[in-house]
Amino acid sequence: MSLKRIDLLICCGSGCVSAGALKIKERFDEVLAENNIEKEVNIIETGCMGPCDYGPVMVIYPEGIFYQKVTPEDVEEIVNEHFLKGRAVTRLMLQDKDKTIRMQKDVPFYHKQVKVALENCGYIDPDSLDEYIATGGYEALGKVLLEMSPQETIDIIKESGLRGRGGGGFPSHIKLQMVHDNKDEKVKYIICNGDEGDPGAFMDRSLLEGDPHRILEGMMIAAYCMGASEGFFYIRAEYPLAITRIKQAIEQAKELGLMGENVFGTDFCFDAEVRTGAGAFVCGEEMALISSIEGERGNPTPKPPYPAVQGLWGKPTVVNNVETLGNIPSIINRGAEWFAAMGTEKSKGTKVFALTGDIRNTGLVEVPMGITLRELIYDVGGGIIDDKPFKAVQLGGPSGGCLTVEHLDTPVDYENLKAHGAMMGSGGIIVMNEEKCMVNVAKFFIDFCVEESCGKCSPCRIGLKQMLEILERITSGQGKEGDIDELLRLGESISKLSLCGLGQTAPNPVLSTIRYFRDEYETHIKEQKCNTKVCLDLMHYEIDKDKCIGCSICASKCPTNCISGSREDKYTIHQIDCIKCGNCFDVCPTKAIEKIPGIHPEALKR
Amino acid sequence: MKTLADLKKIREKALEDLKLRSGNTRVQIVVGMGTSGIKMGAREVMKTFLEEIAERNLTDVLVTQTAEKRLSSEEPVVEVIEEGKDTVTYGNMTPDKAKKTIVEHIVNGKVVSDYVVQPGD
Repeated sequence: MSLKRIDLLICCGSGCVSAGALKIKERFDEVLAENNIEKEVNIIETGCMGPCDYGPVMVIYPEGIFYQKVTPEDVEEIVNEHFLKGRAVTRLMLQDKDKTIRMQKDVPFYHKQVKVALENCGYIDPDSLDEYIATGGYEALGKVLLEMSPQETIDIIKESGLRGRGGGGFPSHIKLQMVHDNKDEKVKYIICNGDEGDPGAFMDRSLLEGDPHRILEGMMIAAYCMGASEGFFYIRAEYPLAITRIKQAIEQAKELGLMGENVFGTDFCFDAEVRTGAGAFVCGEEMALISSIEGERGNPTPKPPYPAVQGLWGKPTVVNNVETLGNIPSIINRGAEWFAAMGTEKSKGTKVFALTGDIRNTGLVEVPMGITLRELIYDVGGGIIDDKPFKAVQLGGPSGGCLTVEHLDTPVDYENLKAHGAMMGSGGIIVMNEEKCMVNVAKFFIDFCVEESCGKCSPCRIGLKQMLEILERITSGQGKEGDIDELLRLGESISKLSLCGLGQTAPNPVLSTIRYFRDEYETHIKEQKCNTKVCLDLMHYEIDKDKCIGCSICASKCPTNCISGSREDKYTIHQIDCIKCGNCFDVCPTKAIEKIPGIHPEALKR
Repeated sequence: MKTLADLKKIREKALEDLKLRSGNTRVQIVVGMGTSGIKMGAREVMKTFLEEIAERNLTDVLVTQTAEKRLSSEEPVVEVIEEGKDTVTYGNMTPDKAKKTIVEHIVNGKVVSDYVVQPGD
């Protein structure tokens, strides 16, 4: 007998969990028990609701009230006021300018979003197969198995225009068709690529954690299309909850007969298992991923042969990204036309992005293809923190490129991004304000790729290291005439000669920052100056004597004792010994210490 | 799992789990739970509604609460909101009256005029 009258949905996406969502849940358990109403309130730990910056967030039904930045101390008030008396707690609601936003549906962050793959994420209990079924889950699978042939199913995916969401944007139906047409081979495999490794990206993680059955259903439909009866989820070990949820989903589906032998009484038999990645970025590359599943070192191999011809254990294999699979059930349920009506001419549907960086609303978003960067950054993302000027946005992580102010009105789709030297990538978006040094950003990504290069082919292994050394020289004031050209030459050769996608795309951050911020490179090299004051070797600290009150706090905090002076004479930094730790800058009560671009003449003499 | 009908059966049962979230309910019972309402026994009234609904498995009835003050002399006050019909307001409610309201109004569709304190608009 259910006395339930309130659904309390606590976002347990990774952002909210690190902000304390689980402690809040425990506190709710306690307070509800104290008040004897634990039977009336149903607490659900959902997947990511999206607005991570407001976290921990929660939604309370039947009203749909949205609370943000909740702490365990707020729980008692929520129970006493809202649950017992029906008075929603206004102070925990989102404030947008002068307005108080009560309902989740009115939060501006959601307004330009269209949720397809994320439809249930943050709305249903990811641990419950029943809730997934209640939203129409597994009806698409039933429909294709009972009413459609594999070819008809592939045709629908073709008409929908679905393209791979992992980065490349390869039309999904082509791979399925190739493997489907191979009638000689009886054993075929489908793999879900959940080896999401881009810094700042958490799209696949959120999907796997928040709506695992959707991905499983998508995988089974794809398996039916191509004639596979075995599938693998390749998920990185850093995502333990995603692994648990998928394993649980597989068990639940088997128990109900949605997976296993003769699903829906048809000839279709399917089994899937999870393989855990050990954390190598290169294993997101499909050939390396396949080697890893086979138990080999995760190294890529030359293509062709493509996996669709000769993949896992030499058998025809389709590797699909998590989000791609997550779109398939909706396409089957709502039809190809519905899906194709969203997006641009060549990029259909929606795309999930992880918004990070200097942006107000960091979080997980799903928007129609073709939305402009301006809408994405300013309307969905809420603009730059402190209204600082926008400088650049890095799309596609270490494989992608940056775009600048002049591209703000560029529609976000596969073709447009590529034309401007960036790429869709898996969906990581890092927004940067004017305080970021683009040479340093490029160095960060190259450093990442040097670390993650598997070392099999020399352009990637040696070439990237060469690029990193040049960038390290430039950012430390040792840049030489010709360095930029050398970076371009190296970058272009590495792109052309590398074996796999990692090496082919790794120079992109350097190439695109040179393309749009060449002057910054030149200032670093010719003037030995970092105008954003990020590169420590190319900036210095100085004390403004007019503002200094001679309090000596800076001198006492200086680890190298390089600040001296007196109340009368004020204080001075001795540049030669300064290690630029920034302590003095942080502690000065009158903000008398300034960061100044360029090397101090005194330090230069040495 | 042999047919789509089998799946549909599970879905219909599972929809109960999502009832509060879906917003698709036939009747909404709003219990006034301001401080004075609680003092006059509104919690007991609400609990009775919840129990009766669960016992009779009325999947399309939703119980919510409000703290809005009105008719404080007639507390506990309960509103029954049905789409396409006038809102009915009952006053001076008790657990027994709540049981009767469920049987007569919610199940059989007949307003319990004895308890009505102010016709809804």
